[in-house]
Amino acid sequence: MAVLVRLAGDVDLAEEAVQEAFAVAAERWPRDGTPPSPAGWLITTARNTLIDRHRREAARPGRQAEALLLHAPDEPAEEGPVPDDRLRLIFTCCHPALGESARIALTLRLLGGLTTGEIARAFLVSEATVAQRVVRAKAKIRHAGIPYRVPSDADLPGRLSSVLAVVYLIFNEGYLSGSGDPVRDDLCAEAVRLGRLLAELMPDEPEVLGLLALMLLIHSRRAARVTAGGSLVLLADQDRSLWDRDLIAEGQDLVRRCLRRNRPGPYQIQAAVNAVHSDAPTDWRQVVRLYDQHLALAPTPVVALHRAVAVAEVDGPAAALTLLDDLDLDGHHLFHAVRADLLRRLGRDEEAGHAYEAALARTENPAEREVLLRRLAQIAEAGPPTRRCPASGDRPT
Amino acid sequence: MKNYLLSMYQPEGPVPGPEVMDGIMAEVDALRRELQAAGSWVFGDGLHDQATATVLRASGDDVLMTDGPFAEGKEHLGGIVILRAADLDEALEWGRRYAVAVTLPVEVRPFATEAGG
Repeated sequence: MAVLVRLAGDVDLAEEAVQEAFAVAAERWPRDGTPPSPAGWLITTARNTLIDRHRREAARPGRQAEALLLHAPDEPAEEGPVPDDRLRLIFTCCHPALGESARIALTLRLLGGLTTGEIARAFLVSEATVAQRVVRAKAKIRHAGIPYRVPSDADLPGRLSSVLAVVYLIFNEGYLSGSGDPVRDDLCAEAVRLGRLLAELMPDEPEVLGLLALMLLIHSRRAARVTAGGSLVLLADQDRSLWDRDLIAEGQDLVRRCLRRNRPGPYQIQAAVNAVHSDAPTDWRQVVRLYDQHLALAPTPVVALHRAVAVAEVDGPAAALTLLDDLDLDGHHLFHAVRADLLRRLGRDEEAGHAYEAALARTENPAEREVLLRRLAQIAEAGPPTRRCPASGDRPT
Repeated sequence: MKNYLLSMYQPEGPVPGPEVMDGIMAEVDALRRELQAAGSWVFGDGLHDQATATVLRASGDDVLMTDGPFAEGKEHLGGIVILRAADLDEALEWGRRYAVAVTLPVEVRPFATEAGG
């Protein structure tokens, strides 16, 4: 597909040509037999369709150059999309001039190979909405002249972060769906597949490897993270024998490769945190050190919140609670959930109850809601607030 | 090559004094010269105040004339640049530099017809 998009200079034209090629195949292959390289045959046929079309339209201004491009005699034999073409397509689909939802839909459609219906189901929007997003994005690519090009070295860091963000958003939508199913493995698997593709195309970019490692390490726990009944199991309570050791080994190996590059970035650090979690017992001091590094690179309240969770394990919940006071994250359900857990561990049940309710008001994810409701019920069962000893061996969450 | 329209949007209210505007105009002039040297300049200028605008609307055989800008809003078009660029990235790079120079939001939009040459 990526080869054809480059040749056609237009996503719609390329798609049409591929559809025509499939139609010809459906007619010929049963009669003449399947060719030795079906994919190559389809690409060649679609390419010929494009050349015919360009010949017909060559009289129109601006088309001659494209027709010439298609006729280039030194064009190598097409066997499959060459890496450069897929890379160009990724950067086009994730161009920052496109809206976020359009970037996600285009990437899943053209690189992930999901149908419009599958994307619609994954993001709980109508198929018409996804179709319209894709059509509009393709029209903008064509009319505004968004190039099919790997950005120059100077622009690469900014543009790459847009690509990585799209893949991670897809992964997160699968991992913590806004509503509906608690976990959508298909989306996570698709994001991992895209992550592997990026790592193959850009093996020298440590953040690309970092993102892949991060997704692999989180994905390795998927069997332990949700019970048969669909309830979420917190990391500390997970059955580690259900973790996928192969994915952990691959993720940890990638983290080590990143460390050797010594060009840290947010994805690499989050991957490193998850690599630490993958070894029992978790070395929380190491996790705090990693979040210190993350905070230096990306001083955001969300990173500070994650750091506070690790601080609670090292210096106790009271120290972590003090850190939370400085964070402006009232709209974030995780902030209230973390605060609630810290208050609960300090025996301040009434305040904890209010914080759990605040968290519940801010998330739609059924599995997360269930965990919060469970905690809330535990406090209620404990009856009138009694001061519990903070060191009573309460499980970390 | 494509032609792109850069529209600079100006908030309601008084324009900054000469101590600010002189610096901005010098930077805008420098950008124009750079665009001209690159062969990318088509046209550009600042607009008079929106109170100077007149709107014409066809209505049957008649054309109605009203005083004032087409759309009343908190922001209005303060100036435009039309430039020629190979693709959106190139146009956006010029747009970015205008946004910094004039300290106003800049909208970049492609024209419908391919630029000649």
